[in-house]
Amino acid sequence: MMVLSLVPRQGVSRVREIVTPLVAFVVALVIAALVLLAMGKSLKTAADVYVVEPLTTAWSLQEVILKATPLTLIAIGLIFAVRANRWNIGAEGQYVVGGMFGGWVAIAAHGMEGVWILPAMLIAGMAGGLVYGLIPAALRNRFGISEILSSLMLVYVAELALDYLVRGPWRDRTAFNFPKSVNFDAAATLGPLWEGGKLHGGVLLALLAVLGAVVLLGRSRFGFAVSATGEAPRAANFAGFNDHRLTLAVFAISGALAGLAGIIEVSANMGQLQPSISQGYGFTAIIVAFLGRLNPVGALVSALVLAILLIGSETAQIMLKLPFDMTRAFMGLLLLCILAGEALTRYKVRWNA
Amino acid sequence: MIELLPLILATVITAATPLVIAALGEHVVERSGVLNLGVEGMMIMGASLGFAGAVVLDNSYLGLAIGALAGMVMAGIFALFALGLATNQVATGLAITIFGLGLAGLIGQPFVGQPRPPIPALVFGLDPIVCLSFVLMVGTAWLLNRTRAGLILRGVGESHGSAHALGLPVLKVRLLAVLFGGLCAGLAGAYLSLIYTRFWSPGMTAGRGWIALALVVFAAGSVWRLVAGAYLFGAILIAQLHAQAGAIGIPSQFLSMLPYLMTIVALVVLSMAGRRGAGAAGSLGQPFVPDR
Repeated sequence: MMVLSLVPRQGVSRVREIVTPLVAFVVALVIAALVLLAMGKSLKTAADVYVVEPLTTAWSLQEVILKATPLTLIAIGLIFAVRANRWNIGAEGQYVVGGMFGGWVAIAAHGMEGVWILPAMLIAGMAGGLVYGLIPAALRNRFGISEILSSLMLVYVAELALDYLVRGPWRDRTAFNFPKSVNFDAAATLGPLWEGGKLHGGVLLALLAVLGAVVLLGRSRFGFAVSATGEAPRAANFAGFNDHRLTLAVFAISGALAGLAGIIEVSANMGQLQPSISQGYGFTAIIVAFLGRLNPVGALVSALVLAILLIGSETAQIMLKLPFDMTRAFMGLLLLCILAGEALTRYKVRWNA
Repeated sequence: MIELLPLILATVITAATPLVIAALGEHVVERSGVLNLGVEGMMIMGASLGFAGAVVLDNSYLGLAIGALAGMVMAGIFALFALGLATNQVATGLAITIFGLGLAGLIGQPFVGQPRPPIPALVFGLDPIVCLSFVLMVGTAWLLNRTRAGLILRGVGESHGSAHALGLPVLKVRLLAVLFGGLCAGLAGAYLSLIYTRFWSPGMTAGRGWIALALVVFAAGSVWRLVAGAYLFGAILIAQLHAQAGAIGIPSQFLSMLPYLMTIVALVVLSMAGRRGAGAAGSLGQPFVPDR
């Protein structure tokens, strides 16, 4: 522009690729610290609340892993979409529908016994997210509608549908007037992996998803088609990759994983359906995917980092009187820092010119 | 019923005005070839800071101005990244929205439930900003279609490479367009909190910024289609409120879904009318890095 000008770099070093997100994270932290200072909050307390506490007790460490589980699952799915240059910003809605579908199985099977119930719930949750994710993909393929707008609009629709169900047909009639479903039976609850622990099978599923993504994206023809379509759509088309089918595929994957995250959260952590079942995981996962540089292992690490922050923000609401909005603002700031970091790995910035 | 008509019309116009203003701003931005998905974030910053400003300074007009400026500052941040550093416009817009939603909540926190200083109606029960929105419609249509500046702006949006080769200042034009879009989104947000609901509540924009973005697509390049779409939406919003109050047997959640579903339906109808992708600027969403 008039003051900045960008000069492309010749090749980007491996070190720079790994260091960049770290620097972006630190810069965002420094800005946040300055804001906290300006608000007259104690930085020492903030450091305790946000970093030290979540990482020092066995109890809170498990909480961090639990929070990272839905974030990882959703972010892994989003990596497929973003790599193919498709924007699924409605993962939040697919998460909600996943919880809804899986929860429906639990409610329908209320009072029954059987080892089939839990797997059926997980499959129903994935199917729900998958179908809901296919809507924006199909609208894009058939009508050329921006998947950004349609997927986001569907978030509101999903939230309202869940709200209707738990206040209406699915309401627990014995729970006075509370808008909630029946409490799930033990057979419909993802229990802890070991006696007295907190980690459940969903954690393993998230790790499995990371592994699957590493293989699919790095070693398969499909993974190549995804990246090729994202980076050079015309060339990918000439190579015979079907653009429409790929759109459906990446939305199916990200929808299914978001749906799985939804039913895992509902079954393991809530044990019932309620009007609101997410804390914005679908949106936070977008930042997780970018912080992890669209790499599955990177996403796993980023999910853990942001989970620490989310746990900290719960304590901060009490200890520092900081509302959740502080965390949300930080997430936006972090995404901006990551994007700036990406730009600086690709270009040298010259002032003047 | 007949005597109620002007009243109903006035409420529809009031409900549509924030959409009209925000969408007109984004229309200009997208004509210049930039896709700013931060409308929701700029809008809610305008709503929050505008309301805070009005209460603190005890003047709602100043509040409206502050809201507009807040939107513009957010747009400035977007421009610094998306234009200055050529970052991905979709991701940058999302970041602006997430950042704005958080920051607006923080700033607005002490003002939840507070009343705001009064704003008198001007003519026919319409407030000054509605009148301003009429001026804005005509002004935007005229600027884009009838002036040299509008031609340059559209040229930059259609093909930034050619525009640059002709010696046109691509990034400068886009910067001005983005700042104008922010000003409009901020004003639309401030209108929402100061005039439409008269209260600040967190997350009050409730997706209106995204609906404004959809209206720009629906407009397919025409300011008047955009305005018509926005008023149609205003009518839907009002009809939905009346239906909820009138208890016509449809659960309120389904009525609340209407604006979001209608957005998708409108885009489908547009596409079936054979205007798929029509009217979008040629360079929309592509970063521009001038070679030397």
